[in-house]
Amino acid sequence: MSWFEKLLPPKIKRKISSENKKSVPEGLWSKCPTCESVLYRTDLEKNLEVCPKCGHHYRISARTRLHLLLDAEGRQEIGASVTPVDSLKFKDSKRYTERLVDAKRDTGETDALVVMQGSVKNVHLVAAAFEFKFMGGSMGSVVGERFVRGVDVCLEKKLPFVCFSASGGARMQEGLLSLMQMAKTSAALARLGDAGLPFISVLTDPTMGGVSASFAMLGDVIVAEPNALIGFAGPRVIEQTVRETLPEGFQRAEFLVEHGAVDLIVDRRQMRDRLASLITMMSRMPAAA
Amino acid sequence: MKTIFLDFEQPVAELESKIEELQNVHDDSDIDISEEITRLNKKSQILTKDIYSKLGAWQISQVARHAQRPYTLDYLQHIFTDFEELHGDRAYADDPAIVGGLARFDGQSVMVIGHQKGRDTKEKIYRNFGMPRPEGYRKALRLMRMAEKFGIPVMTFIDTPGAYPGIGAEERGQSEAIARNLYVMSELRTPIICTIIGEGGSGGALAIGVGDVTLMLQYSSYSVISPEGCASILWKSAEKAPLAAETLGITANRLKTLGLVDKIISEPIGGAHRDPETMMQTLKKALQESMNQIQKNPSLDELLKARYQRLMSYGKFKETA
Repeated sequence: MSWFEKLLPPKIKRKISSENKKSVPEGLWSKCPTCESVLYRTDLEKNLEVCPKCGHHYRISARTRLHLLLDAEGRQEIGASVTPVDSLKFKDSKRYTERLVDAKRDTGETDALVVMQGSVKNVHLVAAAFEFKFMGGSMGSVVGERFVRGVDVCLEKKLPFVCFSASGGARMQEGLLSLMQMAKTSAALARLGDAGLPFISVLTDPTMGGVSASFAMLGDVIVAEPNALIGFAGPRVIEQTVRETLPEGFQRAEFLVEHGAVDLIVDRRQMRDRLASLITMMSRMPAAA
Repeated sequence: MKTIFLDFEQPVAELESKIEELQNVHDDSDIDISEEITRLNKKSQILTKDIYSKLGAWQISQVARHAQRPYTLDYLQHIFTDFEELHGDRAYADDPAIVGGLARFDGQSVMVIGHQKGRDTKEKIYRNFGMPRPEGYRKALRLMRMAEKFGIPVMTFIDTPGAYPGIGAEERGQSEAIARNLYVMSELRTPIICTIIGEGGSGGALAIGVGDVTLMLQYSSYSVISPEGCASILWKSAEKAPLAAETLGITANRLKTLGLVDKIISEPIGGAHRDPETMMQTLKKALQESMNQIQKNPSLDELLKARYQRLMSYGKFKETA
């Protein structure tokens, strides 16, 4: 707080702070956070939520993601009946149960992962996508269980599996149960691997912590969206630990490709084509139509 | 070595220093006060027992991090014989925060892998405070693969604040290193027994913690995030760490109830560091029992099936129609 704000009587103070908080309304226009171009909402939507001027990839919801990926016909959701419980009776400034209610209200989802069976250019598969707005896309028991059910469908029907991650990591409110989801999801992928079925992991902004340190880094092919933040520890934690300024572009998708951790970067507007192409080649199928 | 007492052990500390004083007097003079000393020693024992019978989660996490707590190499020295430490990940470096190698347990070959912390400042830095870098996990992976190849059981000892959050660690793929271990350990074709001996710090702990049995020492902790980390994120203040510790459920008792730990290994009064000899014997016995239990499995396939089912059972959720 500046000296000037301190001098203000409380009423005026409140007014100033509420003005500061005012975010861009969800209206007709949107300002690109990278190039600051003012974009027409409909244009942005038509461009798959990618800035037409600079290519900035906006974060998108799990359902939008699956909608953009999958063919319109024959989609079937997996594991929607699995919903969260508060087994630790966790309460910080808010109860976990309240956070769940809020997250459901804000996103329309019951947890942070949506899984669907469907097809991409007529190539059948199971696809999962994280809902980052649901408690930071954090992985708890429900995310782990839905993931495994998705993999189980793949095992049963001999299908490839694709997962789009967007997560801050494990869900603290479920304590060690959330940590164990790392082992659970990784073990399921080991089965998928034994069955010779492909797993493509698509890392989107951001993929951190326990999600990054489990299934997200276990793709036969690991794809990333441009400029996505990907890493184990958060940049602030690292900065505090090593007491150095982090190098330019640290933990960005391009940095990971450079260091050999990610196979390739794919623009969202080409995602459908490129995934279909990769999967068909990995499964020794003819090229998708 | 002089015992270091924690904050909540201050009454015991006072009593112990009094005993020491008396002991000095006793040694220097002709007056026989040995009876008094015995009495006070007994009192100190009872007091310690009393304090330790009502430890909260935060206090337990302090004992788990105690500077004098036995570390992996201490257990290695006392429970195993013929230890040959094996170094390096064959790709980049040797990480001293994880030690591993071949040893004999009751004469039988085993592969031992564990986090290693340091005692003095110099060693603490050398061991990076027990926080592994990717090469540490990759060394562990290499040793586990070797164990699988030769049909040797694996025993891991977990004691880390967490995987190291550094620039180099990120550049070399900390996430991938941890993830790969989870993947491989879930179907490694040899028995794996995991023991949490001190701090079980999140992914950095789990990366050598997937197996057929999970044992946990009574005053060790196992958590998705450190109480301090959790407090500063959710309560916006690291000072709420004791509350976070309680809420996160990081103790052996809570985790056993949740089905995430198979067996709690009881510690001597006042914690493992007060009587390491007894601790070693107790843990050795528990490891023998686990080993016998595992070897009762009719086949490796059965063992792996059980391991997989165990992993799949982790998680609590509702199934709605």
